[in-house]
Amino acid sequence: MTSDTKTAGGQADYESAAATAPKAVASFDDHRHGIGHKIQHSLHQTPSLVPLIVLVLSLAIFGILLGSKLFSPFAMTLILQQVQIVGIVAAAQSLVILTAGIDLSVGAIMVLSSVVMGQFTFRYGLPVEIAIVCGLICGTICGYINGFLVAIVKLPPFIVTLGMWQIVLATNFLYSANETIRSQEISELAPLLQFFGNKVNIGGAIFTYGVIFMVLLILVLAYALRQTAWGRHVYAIGDDPEAAQLSGVQVKKVQISVYMLSGLICAFAGWAMIGRIGSVSPTTGQLANIESITAVVIGGISLFGGRGSILGTLFGALIVGVFTLSLRLLGADAQWTYLLIGILIIGAVAIDQWIRKVSV
Amino acid sequence: MEPVLQARNLVKRYGRVVAMDHADFELYPGEILAVIGDNGAGKSTLIKALSGAVLPDDGDILLDGKPVHFASPIDARAAGIETVYQTLAMSPALSITDNMFMGREIRKPGFRGAWLRQLDRKKMEEIARDKLNELGLLTIQNINQAVETLSGGQRQGVAVARAAAFGSKVVIMDEPTAALGVKESRRVLELIKDVKARGLPIVLISHNMPHVFEVADRIHIHRLGKRACVIKPSDFSMSDAVAIMTGAMDPPDSLAA
Repeated sequence: MTSDTKTAGGQADYESAAATAPKAVASFDDHRHGIGHKIQHSLHQTPSLVPLIVLVLSLAIFGILLGSKLFSPFAMTLILQQVQIVGIVAAAQSLVILTAGIDLSVGAIMVLSSVVMGQFTFRYGLPVEIAIVCGLICGTICGYINGFLVAIVKLPPFIVTLGMWQIVLATNFLYSANETIRSQEISELAPLLQFFGNKVNIGGAIFTYGVIFMVLLILVLAYALRQTAWGRHVYAIGDDPEAAQLSGVQVKKVQISVYMLSGLICAFAGWAMIGRIGSVSPTTGQLANIESITAVVIGGISLFGGRGSILGTLFGALIVGVFTLSLRLLGADAQWTYLLIGILIIGAVAIDQWIRKVSV
Repeated sequence: MEPVLQARNLVKRYGRVVAMDHADFELYPGEILAVIGDNGAGKSTLIKALSGAVLPDDGDILLDGKPVHFASPIDARAAGIETVYQTLAMSPALSITDNMFMGREIRKPGFRGAWLRQLDRKKMEEIARDKLNELGLLTIQNINQAVETLSGGQRQGVAVARAAAFGSKVVIMDEPTAALGVKESRRVLELIKDVKARGLPIVLISHNMPHVFEVADRIHIHRLGKRACVIKPSDFSMSDAVAIMTGAMDPPDSLAA
């Protein structure tokens, strides 16, 4: 520091004792070199590393136990097909959780959107393309209501989406009259509804359009979150909304955009669900909200907002998929899956807390 | 000489409490003006009105002699008034660069910026590093380090650098040394002088009399919702200033506002 000498006259007497001390207060040296700190630091910088390691480890362990039964193109892509819906919904959930919110209504929005797509086509005889657009708009509007109540009315996200969950689900049952549209009818009259069920076969590996959509969606969102101002603002709001506001982020706008986008993605998930199960059923997808939160948490995104990466969510969803399929192939009771997932959730949050302490 | 930033007859009421009672304020080019006042004297409200965080009920704010109306801190920033808040207003999990450019990110030129909205990280990092260096701040190892991994003084340094980098007219600093240790306070005071040396006028709100008397060119003493007087630190002692501030001594007649 070259400025010390010339300003020494301005210092108060009591400070002169400190003046002789080393002045490196403001240097960015990292003086912690322990291996624990190094791990902590790299996890802090790349939060999706934890779920990736868990995913690789679980694949390795189950691979040893199951051998080629698991490591076949068919089984691997089956996992992808089984997680596609949860993966898409979890992508929406990630966005909301990154802003320190939570969306309990994702599953309900997904089902209502798929019902709108189906009923608009079969009850009102609208062209299927228009019915699908209506379904997507329906999801976006539900998201907007969430966003409006959270950002403008300032209600807690948990309460808002808990209420919307019930409201949207009830609307779904009332509107659909609890009526399922059968798969045969759809494939005859409106095959576009089952678009995401279409398959691409690459050497025994079967990719549905839904799986491809999930992966593309996550990649696009990862880009938006890392490389655009909007993405940085999402993180800043999750970190500290007041600080974000003072440094010039339009907090309300961004929050509403996040909930709207979440609703839209859920509507796409509803469309993908028609492709997955073939029919339009108002009673499916009841667990999507809990499953999506599970994937997000195991994926290392902090429930307190502002930390984590959406790639982690994909890994989180895949971990659940690997556990579910492997344990079934091993012939274990399905409850073992839930037990292990429970342990993973608690472990993931414990690691999140540890990573947060990097600054202390 | 014309004041850079001026306030006339500002009034702000919160219910029956009058936080500002026809308060005046003047900041001249190139000076450090300290604002002191007891708790509840209304200096925070005054500063918030100047930085756009509070909308006054009555009165005028003039920037370079022209009346301005700030509906939000974003407006004030756009007009060239940067504020370093006591809370620093930074996102701890984001990097130094991200924080410096929060709300005014630079996008890449051409298709990738206009259509893909991609940020120009390289350019932002370059500017951030330049600005930190310019203020003699730090041997930076990693400009992409998260702000929460910095010490209190380093964070303050980054916040000051952000304000100095983007403030074209005025920098307002709210209690910049309140949370810092002796050495770190010293560093921040040097920073304040550096910013002044670059020609930017500074409004410094502080409770720390030795700091105020060291760096300020003039001291605005706020009392009971308005300006009691403005003194020069060379003409008065710290105890006089405190006496005026608390009402134990009447402001000198010649200087009374």
